[in-house]
Amino acid sequence: MCSGIVKIQLAMLICLIGFSAIKPVYAATDYKQLRENMIGLIKEDVRETEIYIDKSALDSSVIRAMSTVPRHEFVPVWQRINAYENRPLPIGHGQTISQPYIVALMTDLLSVKPGSKVLEVGTGSGYQAAILAELVDKVYTIEIIEKLADRAGNVLKQRGYNNVQNRTGDGYYGWQEHAPFDAIVVTAASGHIPPPLIRQLKPGGRMVIPVGSRFMVQQLVLLEKNNEGKVSTRQILPVRFVPLTGDHDQ
Amino acid sequence: MIISLALLGYGASGTFLVIFRKYLISRYVSMYLGSLVLFGLSTMICYLVSQRIQFNVEEILWDPYQFFRLAVIYIMLALPFFFVGNAIGLSLFCFRKNMSRIYAADLFGAGLGSLLIIILLFAVSPGEALRYITAFGMMASVLASWELLRYRRKILAVLMPILLTGTLLPFLLPSSWVDPELSSYKGLSQTLRISGAKVVAQHSSPLGQITVVENPLIPFRHAPGLSLNATEEPPKQVGIFIDGDAMTAITHYNGSQQSLSYLDQLTSALPYHLSSIEEVLVLGAGGGAEALQARYHNTRNIRAIELNKQIIALLQGDYKEFSGQLYNDKDIEVIAEEARGFVGSSDEFYDLIQLVLFDSFSASSAGLYALSEGYLYTVEAFQEYLKHLKPEGYIAISRWIKLPPRDTLKLFATAVEVLKRNGIQNPEQHLILIRSLQTSTLLIKNSPIEKGEITSVRKFCNLRSFDVGYYPGMPSVEANRYNVLSEPYFYIGTTAMLGDARDAFMERYKFNLEPATDDRPFFFQFFKWRVLPEILSLVGKGGMPLLEWGYLILIATLVQALFASFFLILLPLLFYHRKNEKKTSSSLKFHSFVYFLALGLAFLFVEIAFIQKFILFLHHPIYAIAVVLAAFLVFAGLGSLCSERFASSGRHSKGVKLAILIIVLIGISYVILLGPIFSSLISLSTIAKIILSVFLIAPLAFCMGMPFPLGLSRLGETEPGLVPWVWGVNGCASVLSAVLATLLAIHFGFNMVILSALVLYVFAAITSVNWLHGR
Repeated sequence: MCSGIVKIQLAMLICLIGFSAIKPVYAATDYKQLRENMIGLIKEDVRETEIYIDKSALDSSVIRAMSTVPRHEFVPVWQRINAYENRPLPIGHGQTISQPYIVALMTDLLSVKPGSKVLEVGTGSGYQAAILAELVDKVYTIEIIEKLADRAGNVLKQRGYNNVQNRTGDGYYGWQEHAPFDAIVVTAASGHIPPPLIRQLKPGGRMVIPVGSRFMVQQLVLLEKNNEGKVSTRQILPVRFVPLTGDHDQ
Repeated sequence: MIISLALLGYGASGTFLVIFRKYLISRYVSMYLGSLVLFGLSTMICYLVSQRIQFNVEEILWDPYQFFRLAVIYIMLALPFFFVGNAIGLSLFCFRKNMSRIYAADLFGAGLGSLLIIILLFAVSPGEALRYITAFGMMASVLASWELLRYRRKILAVLMPILLTGTLLPFLLPSSWVDPELSSYKGLSQTLRISGAKVVAQHSSPLGQITVVENPLIPFRHAPGLSLNATEEPPKQVGIFIDGDAMTAITHYNGSQQSLSYLDQLTSALPYHLSSIEEVLVLGAGGGAEALQARYHNTRNIRAIELNKQIIALLQGDYKEFSGQLYNDKDIEVIAEEARGFVGSSDEFYDLIQLVLFDSFSASSAGLYALSEGYLYTVEAFQEYLKHLKPEGYIAISRWIKLPPRDTLKLFATAVEVLKRNGIQNPEQHLILIRSLQTSTLLIKNSPIEKGEITSVRKFCNLRSFDVGYYPGMPSVEANRYNVLSEPYFYIGTTAMLGDARDAFMERYKFNLEPATDDRPFFFQFFKWRVLPEILSLVGKGGMPLLEWGYLILIATLVQALFASFFLILLPLLFYHRKNEKKTSSSLKFHSFVYFLALGLAFLFVEIAFIQKFILFLHHPIYAIAVVLAAFLVFAGLGSLCSERFASSGRHSKGVKLAILIIVLIGISYVILLGPIFSSLISLSTIAKIILSVFLIAPLAFCMGMPFPLGLSRLGETEPGLVPWVWGVNGCASVLSAVLATLLAIHFGFNMVILSALVLYVFAAITSVNWLHGR
């Protein structure tokens, strides 16, 4: 009998410890510190993938934008505790917010300048649009799922990103009224790159397309349109993995 | 993985029966009935609960709660098996004298069940089928209560209405409860979130559930690998999802050629630019894009082969006008058959045999097809296709591009191997490979590629910004121009595979590129153990896509099954020691353990390997599974019934030895003879082939049904307490064998699976020498 009570007490204690460990403590979280830690992780990943991205550090303006935008405000409340981990997170409606390293890398690949006009196809959480809004004058973003578009639009408005214009709709045809764009990010490309988007890219412009599943970006496709309007792509594997040799230092 | 582990419920029932057998046996009637009722109820309830657990395998790396969810799903799916295992195990123990008959009934039931479920799945959706399965479970409890309680009328009068109501209960549940809940990350779920998307039709068959989705606001635009220079996008399309993911599209055709010009901007259009294509065979025609492509290029004689009749019916029925009467066109002959089987039994010749890109990119790239065996991409299949080409004809195979390259290079390796096997001295003269950003197309020819063709390939690619991966005499500077990779992997790979350095390249390459064969038909198995540490070190840094999940899931299943089996088998032994006054000899325990483990493993090894062998003969995977399973189980049931003769006269050992001798003889002769028998009779009608298959399986299955009940009956006489335990051992063996058979087949081939089974049978016979005699 006695041992039974001890067992029950022990079980309750374990439950208590367990619950306290998993309970997110929103109020006390120092998001600024978490953001700084996240920047550290991004820099580390960049150094490790330098042979693929041809640089050992991302543009300082991209890093500054990543350190400024409060990522936790773009994820659902139940995911805030994980917002600054270097991983993708589910945001509902079968969509995800990309891993911070991937967001930073994609933004860097666009090579945008303050005067650039950028189109984003697939607003999702709105986080990528906010990062871009820190860097350029005008961001246009289209989301196909209405509820996501509304939520992202509200967060962007609340955060004061007045240079972001968002709408719900079919991103396949881009946003003709505001074309051409200096840069385009397409986060929802399926089997091909929509011809209208290629048409709406300025000569000299860049387009970045992550390829893979919702949780795993397998490669980034960088599409470049030269000044003659000729298009080519470059595929960037976000990890250091050489399939032909046993030695990944080669 | 989940289903195979759910079968561990059987193993757990063995443990449960050993531990509580005294209590359970003294209340046999109520416990047996209770188990059956719980089986019926849990079938539905556990399914409904597991459906509501959100589990996402892709998050498992970051989110430890996913493991917890997975564990709950395991338990939920194992419970019905646990309850039914209890009912059968308890009966075997309580009616030891009739063991052979009980086991025979179990096998008969399983055989009939395997046929019924396939018929049921043709008639209703999987969710609906579950209502009938639950009702069957409850009906079993009605029959059992009638049999066991017919002299206790008062109890029966109360119980019967309750059980009969329980039988009807599953049919009262709303459809929204029983319909399988799709993962929100699957293609269909994503599509249905888009404004305007609506499901217009849903059809179910054992081949999968097809869902037709229309979206008048934001239509589908399926054009895999469309050129960057394309100016026209696809016209509006209707999406057909197979099991919520793999998508094929029906394209709208309004008579305007211009609207289809996108079809000329795909890598698969290449052959139409190399020579005049009069006759085309499309394998895996789906929604008809490739047939439409052929028609766009003015081909007058098109044969489209599609396994799924329901897709054909859509194009010939509801979408006849929408598709511009594509599948009713006088130039297009649509045949509902399995592609490989069709080619094998046909005597036509074609200018082009087009293998369609049928799987979805996401499933393909996650490596989840690693375990799905397919006979379309094997060396023998390619030989068959080449036989049906006209002298100047092409085989064209398109695949999604994966980076680092996998499928495309394995196809190339397969083509080189086949050309060499066909006695072609210079295979490098017979191949062309091109790629766009997202797809690749490989062309194979019986005759050498000519200069004019090479000029056309280069022009075709230049105009569309496609890259050439390989053509005879290709200079390295032409590789990697438009869709630039960090290295020209395709050029390096293809040239290496054509040269002396082929073996070294294959060895050094970090994915398995060895061609698949009919004996090892795992084309999508790219995993190499050597690379695992490197990939694991990259997992947290975005390297997860490099993992070929399918194979690793198989290994994880094996480890879990071993772990669970270990506990389920060893745990009851401890209890058995403590509670049994008469100590069982450890030698008997060991020998009976080995005997029943070997039998459990061997039975499924043979069954799984023969399903594979008969798929090639019967063409249709569903026919093969239904015929082989039903034949094996029914004839094994007959064998079990007949074994009673040996058991009743105390000749257990003789019966086992005789059965195993015949199994080994037939097994060896089938390994040698089935191939030639099948290829000489491939053109028989399906009915004749089914009858022949049953005749071939019958003697083998009959003998395989004998050793288990004979062993069980002997044990029932000498050591009845061990009966539920060996029942559990056999259950665990069934789980292990499904996984082990696949692993063996991946590495050594299905013939080796059969030979291993024969060795296990011999091993079982050897270990049974003493205890079956009762010495």
